[in-house]
Amino acid sequence: MTLKPAEWQLALPLGLAFASLFLAPFLLLFGVSFFNDDQITQPGFGQWIKFFGDPFHYKVIADTLLLGVKTVAATVIVGYPLALVFIDLGPRLQRVLIFIIVMPLLLSVVVRTFAWIVVLGREGVINTLLLHLGVISEPLRLLQTELGLVISMTQIEMPLMLLPLISVMSRIEPNLRDASAALGASRWRTLFTVIVPLSMPGLIAGCLLVFASSTTAFISQSIIGGVRLIYLPLLIWQQSLVVFNWPFAAVTSLALLVSVLSVIAALSYLGRRAGGAIHG
Amino acid sequence: MQEALKPKAARTLDVEDLTVRYGSSVAVDGVTLAIEPGEVVALLGPSGCGKSTLLRVIAGFVRQAEGHVRVDGATIDHLPANQRNIGIVFQNYALFPHMTVAENVAYGLRARGARGPDVAAKVNRFLETVQLGGFRERLPRQLSGGQQQRVALARALAVEPSILLLDEPFAALDRNLRLDMQIEVKRLQRTLGLTTILVTHDQDEAMSVADRIAVMNKGKVEQFDTPVAIYDRPQTLFVNGFIGTTNLMTGKIVSVESGAASVALDAGATLRLPSQGLSAGTAVLLSVRPEQLVLSTIPGLAHWKIEPGLSLPLGSQLVHEARTADGVALKIVEPRLAAPAPAGRLYCGLSADARPSLFPHHA
Repeated sequence: MTLKPAEWQLALPLGLAFASLFLAPFLLLFGVSFFNDDQITQPGFGQWIKFFGDPFHYKVIADTLLLGVKTVAATVIVGYPLALVFIDLGPRLQRVLIFIIVMPLLLSVVVRTFAWIVVLGREGVINTLLLHLGVISEPLRLLQTELGLVISMTQIEMPLMLLPLISVMSRIEPNLRDASAALGASRWRTLFTVIVPLSMPGLIAGCLLVFASSTTAFISQSIIGGVRLIYLPLLIWQQSLVVFNWPFAAVTSLALLVSVLSVIAALSYLGRRAGGAIHG
Repeated sequence: MQEALKPKAARTLDVEDLTVRYGSSVAVDGVTLAIEPGEVVALLGPSGCGKSTLLRVIAGFVRQAEGHVRVDGATIDHLPANQRNIGIVFQNYALFPHMTVAENVAYGLRARGARGPDVAAKVNRFLETVQLGGFRERLPRQLSGGQQQRVALARALAVEPSILLLDEPFAALDRNLRLDMQIEVKRLQRTLGLTTILVTHDQDEAMSVADRIAVMNKGKVEQFDTPVAIYDRPQTLFVNGFIGTTNLMTGKIVSVESGAASVALDAGATLRLPSQGLSAGTAVLLSVRPEQLVLSTIPGLAHWKIEPGLSLPLGSQLVHEARTADGVALKIVEPRLAAPAPAGRLYCGLSADARPSLFPHHA
């Protein structure tokens, strides 16, 4: 299909913004990574060799991807049943629930992160409650642990899982569940043979968004996770704004980009296959 | 296929005093129906009359507030939908879009724990029955509406249900296909001897497919009878107006003698009709079908004067419009070939075989 002049001209403002604000800096970043010194004077592969020569960096990449996987798993486990409940509610309750679901997106990331510090801290809501109930005798360590980080990110990222999931699930023909029941299938059988396969495109879209967002959530990772849990975004921040080694920060950024993108590419490939079986 | 599909012992279906409420509104209001084994019953009515809700209660998707549903005399009220063994075909077919035709038909068999070659054999048999043997591996979206309909039918029949429910199954099909499918469903239903309930808002469909029709309005059954009886002897004004086309004229019963009433029409004629239990002095509505009226050149006691309007040929028939002296628009139908020229035919009366209905008129 050939575009008429008026059509591509409409895309021009966005195209220019994209080129100047994303493509150019990206090429710059790529170029900067091939300098050996932090003054960006000596070209070479030194930073790449330094990054990939150190096993510590592989661990950071693995930890970062694992954090994404754990957050995705937690949002699926909590979010999927919630989405099932949502599609059975009446329109009024649906509006209330959607407001609660979207709430984390309406709050500043800094505010909701600090709120989680209040909840997870040594004298926070969870510890105080458990101590008073006598479940534990001394405060649990939740802040600056991966568990605490995953718990808080599950809440923060939940809308990104639920919105695509709910949108796909509510388009599933309601008669399909009745048809399945009339054919003798139990509720569980209907769930796993009809609802889950048909909601797969939404589930995969949700997983994609949560994964991309949680692996790059610098503020949550550094404030709740603290400095002891090191993920790629924190490493990039340290290298670029603390140590001022921009070439090394550039290599780390590219490592983050490639590792996250490859997981996303795999997920969306699965998504297209699942979607292909349903919508053609 | 006939040998493959042996009729099972057909079941009776009884609906007793069934009431369904949604909040404060009553969707189904004390409905009682006794359905014979192997019978096809149509639930006919305008949208919102409760016919679909009644079907959903029988299927087990909706719980009734009061009343019972019995199959062969045993109540099924306590059973969830997946234990009722009732087959249902939906208006939009509700085929599983991610499964092939064969998987759709096998679904109910697998849900019942059937495995292996028996399933495949049965699936093939039912697909052959609905003439879709070559479509096993297709996905539903690769089929036409009529083919999807047949898959839905095969899927519902494959589990050998005790009752078959059809929820407006022909509504999405175009006219010619609809007739073919109606014939096919009727043929299958006969072969299997399956007690069947058909929900429809299409009176022609109800007339052609059903053995008996339950005409519903506002959650109640207005009349439960054979198609002919419903057409010829509507029991209520609603049934009268809903089934077929009719002319309504106002009048008054002036006298009743041994079951025959003299009805003075406001259009200006006096007719002698069966009183149908009404007494002298009652204001009445006379309902008469267009084909039961005749045009005449002769005035008379039983004829009233009309002002002729348009005459339209409609296939084999001729439809005349006319207006009575008291301003009521009438439709009169006669066979086109036999019709004399309308000129001079300024009077209207009942045909010799007319069976008009009288209803009390509450002004």
